[in-house]
Amino acid sequence: MKLYFKYFSIHLKSQMQYKATFFLNFFGRIVMSFATVASVLFMFTRFNQVDGFTVSQILLCTSVVSMAYSLAEVFARGFDIFPRLLGNGEFDRILVRPRGIIFQVLASHIEFLRLGIFIQAVAVLLYAIPNSGVIWTGDKIVTLLLMIFCGAAVFFGLYIIYTSFAFFTTEGLEFMNILTHGGREFGRYPYVIYGDGILKFLTYIIPLALIQYYPLLYLLDRAQSKLYMFMPIISLLFLIPSYSFFLIGLRRYKSTGS
Amino acid sequence: MITLSNINKTFRVARRQAGFGRAVKALFSREYELIHALNDVSFSIKDGEMVGYIGPNGAGKSTTIKIMCGILTPDSGECNIDGRVPWRERIAHVCEIGVVFGQRSQLWWDVPIIDSFELIRDIYKTDEKTYKNSLDELTMLLDLGELLKTPARSLSLGQRMRCEIAASLLHKPKILFLDEPTIGLDAVSKIAVRQFIKKLNTEHGTTVILTTHDMQDIEALTERILLIGKGRILLDGSLDELKKHSSSRKTLVVEYTGVMPTTSEGMTLKEMKDGRLIITLDPEILPVSDAITHLAAEADLTDVSVSGITAEEMVAELYREYHI
Amino acid sequence: MKKYIALFRIRFINGLQYRAAALAGLTTQFAWGFMEILSFSAFYRANPAAFPMEFSHLVSYVWIQQAFLALFMPWGVGGNAVETIVSGNISYDLARPMDIYNRWFFETIADRVSRATLRCAPILILASILPLPFRMKLPSDLFQFSMFLISVPIAMFAVTAYCLIDYMSAFYTMSRYNAIFVIVADFFAGGYIPIPFFPEPVRKIAELLPFAAMQNMPLRIYSGDIAGMDAVYGIGLQLFWVTVMIAFGKLLMRRSLKRIVTQGG
Repeated sequence: MKLYFKYFSIHLKSQMQYKATFFLNFFGRIVMSFATVASVLFMFTRFNQVDGFTVSQILLCTSVVSMAYSLAEVFARGFDIFPRLLGNGEFDRILVRPRGIIFQVLASHIEFLRLGIFIQAVAVLLYAIPNSGVIWTGDKIVTLLLMIFCGAAVFFGLYIIYTSFAFFTTEGLEFMNILTHGGREFGRYPYVIYGDGILKFLTYIIPLALIQYYPLLYLLDRAQSKLYMFMPIISLLFLIPSYSFFLIGLRRYKSTGS
Repeated sequence: MITLSNINKTFRVARRQAGFGRAVKALFSREYELIHALNDVSFSIKDGEMVGYIGPNGAGKSTTIKIMCGILTPDSGECNIDGRVPWRERIAHVCEIGVVFGQRSQLWWDVPIIDSFELIRDIYKTDEKTYKNSLDELTMLLDLGELLKTPARSLSLGQRMRCEIAASLLHKPKILFLDEPTIGLDAVSKIAVRQFIKKLNTEHGTTVILTTHDMQDIEALTERILLIGKGRILLDGSLDELKKHSSSRKTLVVEYTGVMPTTSEGMTLKEMKDGRLIITLDPEILPVSDAITHLAAEADLTDVSVSGITAEEMVAELYREYHI
Repeated sequence: MKKYIALFRIRFINGLQYRAAALAGLTTQFAWGFMEILSFSAFYRANPAAFPMEFSHLVSYVWIQQAFLALFMPWGVGGNAVETIVSGNISYDLARPMDIYNRWFFETIADRVSRATLRCAPILILASILPLPFRMKLPSDLFQFSMFLISVPIAMFAVTAYCLIDYMSAFYTMSRYNAIFVIVADFFAGGYIPIPFFPEPVRKIAELLPFAAMQNMPLRIYSGDIAGMDAVYGIGLQLFWVTVMIAFGKLLMRRSLKRIVTQGG
């Protein structure tokens, strides 16, 4: 952990070398990331609800998913751009250093610029919290935090799977976008609106619904069971298969080196 | 002690074809080629040895280095470095080695060098005393003083390479792998780097394995040479042995005024340009002194120089000889 | 002209090499389109009367958008132009006997066309055999279809001309980040949601902006949302904006190059 903070501060230091450009881009990203929110708001000038969710409840959902995604993007950036690490030899350097591989990939890139989306999501969340009709109690706040942080972990798991594929091919990786970018982009609405099939897929295969739809029901008092509150924790199981994929990919890399 | 025995490694590579029709065809079926990157490679290197590992591009140099670093696992064969199999005990193994990839940097681009060094210290869990000690020594030997406060992006290539080498040695490894450490450097930096490596080897007994295309590196540094071509070790011996292996031909450069001298048996004219001749000479047919006498009798010589085969020519000759 | 064809050919062949990328791309786009339609159908269920397009028009809109994504997307193509500017290698290009603007324009078009060629057919075929209501329909008549065919290249030229202006901003900023340009274009061209879904006052303005000349026009003509004489006017608007953007781009190029030459790069 101490070493991670070393990396953290050195990343901060090097990204702050160009302060003007950094802040310009940072605010650019905040503005930019409002496009998704704008599309939601535009839709709700014509419709009052979708599947019984009001605009503020939808925005609650949008912001939680954006926050989770952007945390993964900022802190697991090394996995997101993994093909680049393979291409420029950075990964070979990681292999000749006496530390865990996952740790080093995580620490190798931290992109503070992408916190812009997080800031935007916080702003939307602050609007949604009082307007969504949620009666905020201690356990609701815990639920919200679980959604955000476990959500980041699920997206992280998706990045690890992406990385595992990157060991095999560098060109066919685009299909993972439907899960990573798609998970965020379509996560602006509760996953239930896409129908039963999609919801099942996002419950049992890629557990994004566990950090979004089910705990959202708990927040809105549509489900009383504590199980819904702790669904995000169950989603963490997803990291087990992701990590196994990673190990398979790594073995393959070590035998082909390409 | 490094021992490699009967290492084999094969890669499968997709073949790219030229032309529009073929590009379309390749969409549906693709041909693959098997590349035998390493073919029954065996050698051993004793502690404190300095070895030059040479061969043309794609001969298998970096594959071998990657296996010794634990980055790659071979298809078959054994590799043992100080009692460990590199790819099985990665972490323990990499603590004992230092690696410099000549064309790839491990330094942080935008922060002062010293920050990179301190991070590397923490990665290797080097204790403060050892770190201080090796930093001081490296700073002195590689003349890093002022550079430590500068970010890598503002350093020249030569300065950066000195810092790269230092970064790989902060944890005092027993073995140092250098992959083309002098590539792209200016003459002064090359000499500085070579002197340092030599000193490191003699004073600390660090085992050094060096791949390079620069034969001056080899001449200046290594006692022993491993020549690899098409995945096989072709030669393993000292530079002198290799020189003996190749021909003893000499090159004569002659400058003259007036009529151009003619060559006699044993001399081959390589180049002629206003008042200057370059001749290769086989001393077994015609001794050098006789050749000069012959030329001097034919024309007015203003300058004569004789040189033996350079390491570069020698390697080129070896490559030809082994068809690699 | 010959050199442009040669250039086009090289880029096109180069683009064809990436088989796995194409397969992955079309899977993604297919899934993406499917999800988009599902989300709109949730809104349709919520209140069919508030839906500003016919649902079948929306379905065609989404499928054509996904099938021809590479033709119309304002990101990810021709990025090496920016690279050339920032790295200063543009001085080499200046030495070649070819107009730089035209060259970049053709390169970008070639990239777009080669990518779209590989990806569009499977998506179009799949989309036209899906069960209703997800099935993509053919345009209502030949007129509508020919208007669509005319509208496609103009939309592609429009987005390319726009991107080139964006790239050339690197002459002044020397920065690679231009994401706002991209997002604005994508949003107002109907990339997130079709323009008919915009609130009324915003919609009226958006219909006239240069972005409306991009994917918005061919997609809505194909689906039948813009039909008859409206389609002809629409193409007129497209032509207007393409001319303006290309003219502006060329002017900007001349100015920027002059600046480089006088400053010595």
